[in-house]
Amino acid sequence: MTDPKTLSPPSLETHVAAHDDTFLDTNELVINMGPQHPATHGVLRVILRLDGEKVLGLECVIGYLHRGVEKIAENRTYTMFNPYVDRMDYVAAVSNGLGYCEAVEKLLSVEAPPRAQYIRVILTELNRIASHQLWLGTHALDIGAITPLFYTFRDREEILKIFEKYCGARLTTHAFRIGGLQYEAYDGFEKDVKNFLTFFAPKIDEYEQLLTTNRIWLERTKGVGKISGKDCIALGVTGPVLRASGVKWDIRKAQPYANYKNFDFEIPTGLNGDTYDRYLVRMVEMRQSCRIVEQAVNGIPEGPIMAKVAKVMKPPVGEIYHSIEAPKGELGYFIVSDGSTQPYRVRVRPPSFVNLQALDLMCRDQLVADVIAVIGTLDIVLGEVDR
Amino acid sequence: MHEFLQYIQDYLKPNVTVSPGAAGNIFWATVYILLVFAGVSLGVICMNWLERKILAHMQVRLGPMRVGPHGLLQPIADAVKLLLKEDIIPAEADAVVFWVAPFIVVLAAFTVFVVVPFGPAHAITDMNIGILFMLGVSSLSVLGIVTAGWASNSHYPLIGALRSSAQMVSYELAMGLAVLSAILMTSLHGVGLYGVGGPGTSGTGTLSMIDIVRMQQEQHVWFIFKFFPLGLIAFAIFAIAMIAETNRAPFDLPEAESELTAGFHTEYSGFRWSLFFLAEYSAMIAVSSIAVTLWVGGWLRPFPNLLGGHAWDLVFSFFPGLAFLFLAGMTFYNVRRMPKHPFFKIQTMGLAAFGAVLGLIGLILFVPPVRDRVGDIFWFVAKVAAFMYLYIWYRGTFPRYRFDQLMKVGWKVLLPIGLGVLILTAGAGIVGLEMAQHVTH
Repeated sequence: MTDPKTLSPPSLETHVAAHDDTFLDTNELVINMGPQHPATHGVLRVILRLDGEKVLGLECVIGYLHRGVEKIAENRTYTMFNPYVDRMDYVAAVSNGLGYCEAVEKLLSVEAPPRAQYIRVILTELNRIASHQLWLGTHALDIGAITPLFYTFRDREEILKIFEKYCGARLTTHAFRIGGLQYEAYDGFEKDVKNFLTFFAPKIDEYEQLLTTNRIWLERTKGVGKISGKDCIALGVTGPVLRASGVKWDIRKAQPYANYKNFDFEIPTGLNGDTYDRYLVRMVEMRQSCRIVEQAVNGIPEGPIMAKVAKVMKPPVGEIYHSIEAPKGELGYFIVSDGSTQPYRVRVRPPSFVNLQALDLMCRDQLVADVIAVIGTLDIVLGEVDR
Repeated sequence: MHEFLQYIQDYLKPNVTVSPGAAGNIFWATVYILLVFAGVSLGVICMNWLERKILAHMQVRLGPMRVGPHGLLQPIADAVKLLLKEDIIPAEADAVVFWVAPFIVVLAAFTVFVVVPFGPAHAITDMNIGILFMLGVSSLSVLGIVTAGWASNSHYPLIGALRSSAQMVSYELAMGLAVLSAILMTSLHGVGLYGVGGPGTSGTGTLSMIDIVRMQQEQHVWFIFKFFPLGLIAFAIFAIAMIAETNRAPFDLPEAESELTAGFHTEYSGFRWSLFFLAEYSAMIAVSSIAVTLWVGGWLRPFPNLLGGHAWDLVFSFFPGLAFLFLAGMTFYNVRRMPKHPFFKIQTMGLAAFGAVLGLIGLILFVPPVRDRVGDIFWFVAKVAAFMYLYIWYRGTFPRYRFDQLMKVGWKVLLPIGLGVLILTAGAGIVGLEMAQHVTH
């Protein structure tokens, strides 16, 4: 409020005389967090408006990892686009592939054979565990517990080894093909998966020992980043965040795809919709995924792994929306076909992007440290947010 | 000339019981200052390596393995790297204050060691206000941190500095109360756990670091056990507050890397950054020394009551040598485990040489004149080392507190408990004295 003519600060009297309500207010501090910041999980940029340490509001700036995946799809055949989807949520590449393949299959009106479906479920659920492990490690690291990160990465390695043995890749797997699978399960696949299940069961207990009843962990997560089920639905938030707010919505149960209806599993829901509930929901989800994998691996049927699909795919004119329950929430593909070999338009509904909308709401009137906790608990992957 | 030699030899006599500073022996005081400075720096270097290794093993990884055998030369490599790095002063920073800040922190951290008693005669000096001096000087470091954050003229350092100052000021209160109850215990002269044995005269207390340990010796009880569980609670308060004082996990908010990148030293690089590092670790050693002196019997060996007598004194005097021989043994075990490939030949030889040095030190420590003089220092350092291990352990285990929670713990939990312990200690002391008088009359 410097007087531009004299360049001198306004005197005390003028302010009091003018009854300036903002006179004793401290200035808002605008802080730029990211895109290069250790706790923004990639290249998220958050502009924080702070009053001391209290967050008055925040704004997300995204697009630093934009690669135009949706546009690329318009210039590729259906088959050629398949590997690209792995690069969106690179932590859960298998889920992305499943969503895309099923959407195109729906468009083509074919269905993958049962054997392929079982193997798909096994790999997808293993990928869900891997994704949750990565979430847990980084989330705990953001809150200051550095050790869980190494434990989760050590155990995630076992899943990645199975992926590597199955399809040669560890992260961007390109495991599925439209109409089924490219590769037959390798010799000893079932044994490896079973070994992993017995190996992993005590490991979840180990993570929980470190955190679940840890006083500091409770204080840092309970009541932090609360969001009601109503707000979640209004914002389109899905996945564990929605379920932790008490809404029992899981696409695996609500609109069963693959052959999830054949498996017996529970959907964990939270009560308070805070960071701690989201933590608990994901921990239970890991255990439930183990249950699904166990049922699937014991019941893999014999048979072909590939449905009859034409070499050159020309889906009939039309549009399709198909969504699956990815580790982070509802992952949907909206594909418009004009009858040619290339999709006319592919629109991806990425869970991270939609969930990120809730960040502002969840962080209002909380402290800077909570912003970090909330970004962690939303479990965003910037590759998927920016596409 | 002869007098000067006498002056120097004064302190080589076997039964010196007073620190050189207190005796007015400037020469030996200077030597001690250099020794302590070198010792603390060496401690920081060891701590650097140990923290990485211990933390790594807690986190299922190996830690430094490349520079030297088992990464033993890593601290040296790091130091060289830091010294060679460009020293950046940001254009917008207040250059003079920016330049001075790390020196204030280092100065505060090292000056504390003037009164740390490594043994009855092994201290630079013995002040009658030793503990006050220590608390006063160690709280000066907050000044350096605030100036560092302010002078950087950047948002993250500023928030880090504000957090740090609020945190250190709050926790100093709880710390002070805990220290006060320990000092109170020095004035309650009764012998034994509840101070009911012995002559039972209420005496004068002391603030001198050396006398505080002597009092524990005379009362035949370490203050951590005195008026059980009061001493233990006071010690616990101090143990928590000292972690907050040194800005370490789980109270490392001023440098919370996931929130504030690096807190108050975000803008610092190279040599100046390494000064902050040095100050942080020497401050850790300093506050651990206070804790050891006040509650855990300073230089006194363990089990002085249960395993008392000259025979046990002799047994315990072998411990320093045995400890070093154990380290040497561990080193030689790892020499045998080194890969046999010729690529590792030099590393294996280096490790063997390191083990030989450790073994040699161990053997020297068995020589009677050395053995008699080193015991005090050994037990003191061993106790401090236990505290350092706790620091690492906390870092590997706990998440970080949030700022308001940190304040809540300081003001609403530690401060009331500290006050209560202080009042109860005074009460217990009076009751104990009454009982003691009943016994004697």
